This record gives sequence, structure tokens and C-alpha cells, in this order.
Amino acid sequence: MNYLAQRLLTFPLVLLGVSLLVFFAIRLVPGDAIIAMLGTEAGLLTEAQRASLAQYFGLDQPIVVQYGRWLMGLFEGNLGISVTYGKPVLEVIIARFPLTLELSLLSMLIALAVGIPAGVFAATRADRPSDLTVRVFAMLGQSTPSFVVGLVLIYFLSATFRILPAMGTFTPLFEDPLGNLGQMILPAITLGFSFAAAVTRISRSAMLDVLSDDYVRTARSKGASQRDVVWGHALPNALIPVVTLSGVEFGYLLGGAVIVEQIFALPGLGRLTLDAISQRDYPLVQGAVLFIAFNFLVVNLLVDLAYAALDPRIRLGGK
Amino acid sequence: MPLVGWIKSGGTFSGRPLLLKRSLQSVEDNFFFADRQVTLVRESVASGKTVSRRDTKGWSGVSDGRDVRLPPENAAKQAAEHRESFMHLNFGRTILAGVAMAAMLGAAVVPVEAATLRMAWAQDATGLDPHKQTAFSSLRLLELVYEPLVRLDAKYNVVPAIATSWEFSADGLTLTFKLDPNAKFSTGESVTSADVKASYERLLDEATAAAARANFLSIKSIDTPDPQTAVFNLSQPDAPILVAMSGTNASIVPASAIADGSIGTKAIGSGPFKLDEWDPNVKDVLSANPNWAGGKTGVDGITISVLPSESAIIDSMRSNQTDFALFNDPLVATLIPGEPGMTLNRIPGLAYNVLQMNPARPPMDNLKVRQAISCAVNRQEVIDTALVGEGKVTGPLTMEAYASDPSTLFCYKQDVEKAKALMKEAGQEAGFSVDVIAATGEPPYAANEAQVLQSQLAAIGVKLNIKTMDLKVYVDTWLKGDFDMAVAQNGGRPDPYPMYNRYFTKDGNLVNVSNFTDPELDSLLQQGRVETDPAKRKPIFQQFEARLAEQAPWVWISSTVTYTANLDSVKNYEINPSGLLFSLSKATVGQ
Repeated sequence: MNYLAQRLLTFPLVLLGVSLLVFFAIRLVPGDAIIAMLGTEAGLLTEAQRASLAQYFGLDQPIVVQYGRWLMGLFEGNLGISVTYGKPVLEVIIARFPLTLELSLLSMLIALAVGIPAGVFAATRADRPSDLTVRVFAMLGQSTPSFVVGLVLIYFLSATFRILPAMGTFTPLFEDPLGNLGQMILPAITLGFSFAAAVTRISRSAMLDVLSDDYVRTARSKGASQRDVVWGHALPNALIPVVTLSGVEFGYLLGGAVIVEQIFALPGLGRLTLDAISQRDYPLVQGAVLFIAFNFLVVNLLVDLAYAALDPRIRLGGK
Repeated sequence: MPLVGWIKSGGTFSGRPLLLKRSLQSVEDNFFFADRQVTLVRESVASGKTVSRRDTKGWSGVSDGRDVRLPPENAAKQAAEHRESFMHLNFGRTILAGVAMAAMLGAAVVPVEAATLRMAWAQDATGLDPHKQTAFSSLRLLELVYEPLVRLDAKYNVVPAIATSWEFSADGLTLTFKLDPNAKFSTGESVTSADVKASYERLLDEATAAAARANFLSIKSIDTPDPQTAVFNLSQPDAPILVAMSGTNASIVPASAIADGSIGTKAIGSGPFKLDEWDPNVKDVLSANPNWAGGKTGVDGITISVLPSESAIIDSMRSNQTDFALFNDPLVATLIPGEPGMTLNRIPGLAYNVLQMNPARPPMDNLKVRQAISCAVNRQEVIDTALVGEGKVTGPLTMEAYASDPSTLFCYKQDVEKAKALMKEAGQEAGFSVDVIAATGEPPYAANEAQVLQSQLAAIGVKLNIKTMDLKVYVDTWLKGDFDMAVAQNGGRPDPYPMYNRYFTKDGNLVNVSNFTDPELDSLLQQGRVETDPAKRKPIFQQFEARLAEQAPWVWISSTVTYTANLDSVKNYEINPSGLLFSLSKATVGQ
């Protein structure tokens, strides 16, 4: 069977599994939407009042019936109504998605722009001081948690030197591109930092592997310049693991960078999901997780397709 | 560097060689642009909008490529610095022209016509139905949009809102309101007695699940003899009902919105502002309601940003992104007085910090054990250590009008010897070990408080095992009364009856939480409820308070402090504990 069709057919199965997991897991967390809304005042409700709220929040049915109803809705493209927003879940998610997408793209751009040259540079100077320096930085980048990077950036760039605003009301990209970029650059650097470190390490080791391959030696013996050898012959083959890594990482980023969005007060998908969990907005949590899972699947599929484009020897699907 | 930060850092015209290094040409450029600056500042002040980079190209000091908002005081300061630095340079007549420009710049910013107040908080509203919401931020947001019949002033006196006057009948069984003929919803429709009747009927309908329903059960029926008169017929005299009617939870909503079920999705009220946009946990956008009976608001709009934490709000205020903010955490709020250009407003709140014991569980079922614990606690030390000195030692009643002097209450001075003696009498000489629950971050100092209590109670052999839990889990546990002890911060009411009726009377909705009733407390609360003469109510409630402290189901520790903070550019804001944001209706920004 066609590879693409095969992969696409597994999507619904994976999504079904995810939906089951998230549906029941969120309901295992103590405290429901009524308590999330009313706090201790929930104790003041009479039985009839409680029943009326339970019905409003869709908590009045047995959990299996709730799941069944939700699943039926899914087939009609209806993810339900968010109880905090009073709007369709999909609408709420779509409103937050552009920010997350922009942030993911920006940080990937930073990661690739920094990581690949750094990795190639280190590989061509293997074990020399410059290589060691790059490796130390890469190690640091990968082992520093994003909240540390974020807070350090805020502290120096926003609070001390006032170069960039830490936070305020978020400005959407199309309303004011420059204002938006000013707000997005710190979070993008924060996310891109460890991402770039990972890209550096992977591209360095992949490059080292490739540079010792026979065809590289052949190219060199045919008199190709160092520059041609590295960038023209070796790099395209060294890129495959970089694509894998970037794809997986990008897929994660599309799920919303919970911590970074929280630190920089960005209304992205991560913060939406976190708020939805803390408000026990079940339909929104379910919808958001499903949406994130779907993105992850799509990105992974694209990564697989990219292999074939990068290396014609790779045949997808075996035969 | 943003203009404001640049100016705050001392305006580097004279300090760093920003200007001095420039050629004469660029100085002249500055003069050229000075003219444009005047216009821009005027425009930005008039519209309350930002000046964008495009507009300020070549404008010295604003070359960072970002939008800057220009508070007039800073603009004036900038003008002054222009003047100063140019005078130093002494370039002759051209300079004088520049000085004149700069002076104009200063003059141009004086009349402030319009502005938007930029506010921030760490916790957004959780919904828009004023009858259902109980979260602090929801009530604060909705008090800008909706109005109740009456309001409370800063001293908790009942003052007019939609109702201009009110009167209890001699037998206390009818309460008549005269409505303000100017009161209008933001749609322009008048607020009539039909809206009042519909709103209260909605509140009382169990299907609404209204939070404040329990406070209005004595309402038998509502008559509307004319559009400006609403008559409440009560089943029994009910003095506290008037105070209960002052809450956001008793807001008057349009009868038409009840009929079409749009309450909770559209917020149509008669308050000073209308809600244009609610993007939960991101931002809330309000604009002035031109139909507000209270007159013109001080600002044209309010934008509320939701920031991740209260310390992030301070950062945001430091970088002049936020004009006004609410604070809950004393540890953060007390940092503000040290910040230049910011003011902290504080006022005692009605909420109280308390160590709740569960008298249904041994050994706390023994009065002497509870009293021993009450005697062993040093309340002031808890305040000084866990609450950075914020708040006062309090008995059960936190409202000034009814509260007794705490030193007159049972064992309010720590007495470890007496506590030990009581433990001995109770047969608990050896002490015992119990669990105490606390919510993480709610209040922010809950865990610290529990630790101080832990060390104090260790002196009489009571070992506290602190269990901190997520707020929702805590609330769940708390509502079930499933704890030995709980560190809690409970909300207060301006009237003692609704404040404690719920916990300590046999019909109280939260009696499962307190697990404590007492016939004497029951009867004192009932007496206080039906007595309408404030002078007679006070001794009744003081007796109630003394009895409650002596029975010690809980150990009341301290009253809370409510905080707001603003940049100094915000004027005419007077903090009112029962209308923290409503008080913004007359505030102005940038004068």
C-alpha cells in the first residue's frame, strides 16, 4: 500500500488512543469544574443548584456516556463547548494557535541558523580548542532549563537594561509586526537556546561520520575544495539526523511551550491547556490535547517525507 | 532603550555622550523633529494611543524601534531635559527656537482628554455571570460592569447605587427601594423595577445556582408598583439583607438578558464600564459606559492583562507597561514602596487567616484541647514571621463596626503554661499528632503559616504534620470536612450574620466544614439577624464573638490586607475594600 495512505490510516487510531487517555485522566484529577469556579463557596450550593450546574458543565451523565457523546461530536467535527469561554473549543484553540506556530518557527529558525553552522564548524575542527568551545556551549545549552534561560534573559534584557519589554498585553503579529517581534524574540531565544544546542551536537557528530565516508575521500581526491566538500558533498547527508531531531522538537514546540509561555505571559496553546486544566474545563483540555497530538502526527509524517527528498536512496514503505 | 527607561535612568543627554557625540547636523535634525514631536505627543495624549516607530523615526532617544507610550509627565520631563542639555550646548538662536519648541512640548501635554488605564492581575475572571461567580477576580471585573441596588463605601456604610433611597417598614417586613431614574444599562435602556424583580427572581431560582441565594431566602415576593419603585416583602425581619444586596453577586441585570439567556456570554450592566472583549487568561478590554448614571468616568477605557505572577506584574510596572494592579501576596506587595514612581495602596480586608480544627475528631472534640491550642498560639508571631508583619491580630469578627478588642477575647495573649494545664486536664499531657492541610499558594503564605504554628504547638506536645495540596484538591477536602486541622483564609462579610451563619448554625450550608454547632451561638446569630437597630446589634455580636473565641472550634489569627498599586501617573484612585476596581471609575491616568 502507498506509504502515505498507510500512515494516514493510523492517524485515527492514534488519536482515539489519545482521546481515551486524556478523557479519563483529566477526570481522575480531584476537584471538578464547579469547585474550580466557586472555590469554597461551592459548599453553599443546595442539591438542586448543584444538579443544575452539573448539567451545565456536562457532569451529570455517567462518564462512559459522556465519552460516547464527545466521540460522536468528534465525528461531526465538533470538539464541544469550552465551559470557561462559552465558545466552541476549536475556535478557542485556533485563536491561540498562530502564536504557538510563530514561536515554534522562530525558535526553530534560531536553532537551525545557529546550530548547523556551529556543528559543521566544530566537526571540521574536531578536537581542537574551537571544537571544544562549541561543545561546552552545546552542553550548557542542553542542560540549562528553559525557565532559567528565560528568567536570566528577562532579568538582563528587560529589567536591567530595558532593551526589550518583558511582558504586557500581547500584540498579534498582523496588528503590529515589530511590536509583536519585540515580544516574541526573548521567548524564541529561550526556546531556541537548548534547541540550537541539540542541533549543534547532532550536526557535529553526523558531520564527523560523513566526513570519514569513502565518497568524501573520493571528492577530496578529485580535487574538490574543502568548502565544496563540507557544504556541497557532506552536509546534505549529515542533515538527515538533524531533520529527525528538528521534526520531533518542532512537534513538541507546536504543543505549546508551557513554561516559556507562562514566564513571558504569552497566550499560546501551552498556557491555554494549562489554564484549562486548572479550571477543569474538560472539553477544552480534551480538544487541546487532541489538537496537539494531531499536529505531532502531521509533523512526524512530514519529517518522514523529507527523508526521501533529502536522500533519494531512502524508499518509504519498504518495497 | 525604551524612552521611559531611558528617562528613568537619568536621561542620558547630559550623562552619556549620546547627543554630544552627534554632529551639529543631527542636533538640527532634533529641532526639525521637535515640531513633529509636539504634534505626536499631542495626538498620543489625546487618543491614549502609542506612538509608533514609524512616527518617531529620527527622534533622538526613541531609536530602539519599538512603540513607546508617552506619559505626559515623562514627556514634560523630556522637554525639560531637552532644554537643559541644549542650554549647555549653547548654540545661539537656533537653540532658543528649540527651547521654545520644547517648552511647547511641555505645554502640549497638560490637558488630558482621554486615556486608557492599563491594568494587570495574575488571576483572571473565571466567568461573566454576576450571580454565579465567586472568584475574587470575577467579582472585581464584574463590579465595573454591573451595579447592585446599593453599594458599600470604604467604611462599609450602605450608600446608593441603582437605588437612591431605601426604607424598612416599622415591622421590618417590607423593604422599599426608590430607583435612580437616570440608571441605564449600557444598551441605553433604563433600569426599571421590572429588572430588579427579574434579577432577584433569577437569584432565588435554584436552577440558576446563584452563589448568594442563601442570603436572600427571607424574600417572599417583590412588588413593582411603578418603574422606579421596588418593594421586597420579607418573611421575617432581616437586617443583614441590605448589606448582602450590595454585593456584585446581587447585581441587577436586564430582564431581557435573563429572558434570552445571554447573561454569562454578554455582560450588559449599568456600571461605569462595558466589557468589549473578554479573552480569558489573556486580557479583558473595557470601555467607558456613556450611559452610566454616575457621570463621566476618569478614563476612556481599561485594559486588563493577565500576567503569570504578581512579581511579573511588578516587572511590568517597572518597565511602564502597566499603570495599575491588584496584589494578593503581601510578600510581593510589600516590595512596592521601595520602587520609584509606584504607590502601594493598602486597606484592611474582611477575610481572615485561621487555623480550623475539626471538633468532630478526637482529641479536638475536647473543648480543653481546643482551648489549649488557642492559648499556645502566638498570633502576633505568626503575623511577623509568616506574613511579613502584614495584617492585625483579629477575633472572629473582622468588620470594625462589630469587632471587639482582640485582647479581651479568650487566651489572645499566648500562655503556654495555661495551655499545658489545659492539656493535662484533658488527659493529653503526653501530647498528640495530627495532620494539618494547607493549599499551595492560596493564600501565598499558607505553608509558612503552617510551619510557624507547627513550631508553636510543639511546645505543648501537639505535633502538626503539614500536608500541602493543590487548591482544588484542598477545596474538595475542605468542603467534605475531611481534615484534622486546616490552615485557611476565609472570606469575610461586612455583616457578622452572613459571615458565620453558614458555619456555626445547625442549618448552615458549611456546617460540614466546621463540624461545630452551639445553641448559644445559634441563638445569638438569630437575634442579631432580626434586630435592625445597629446600636443593639453590636452587643449581641460581641457576645457572639466572645463565645466563639472561648469555644475555640477554630483559632482566628489575623485579618488580611487588600492591596492595589499604581504608577504615580494614576490619580484620583481611592481604595475601597468592597469596590477595589469600582473605585477606578473616577481615576485618571497621566496628569
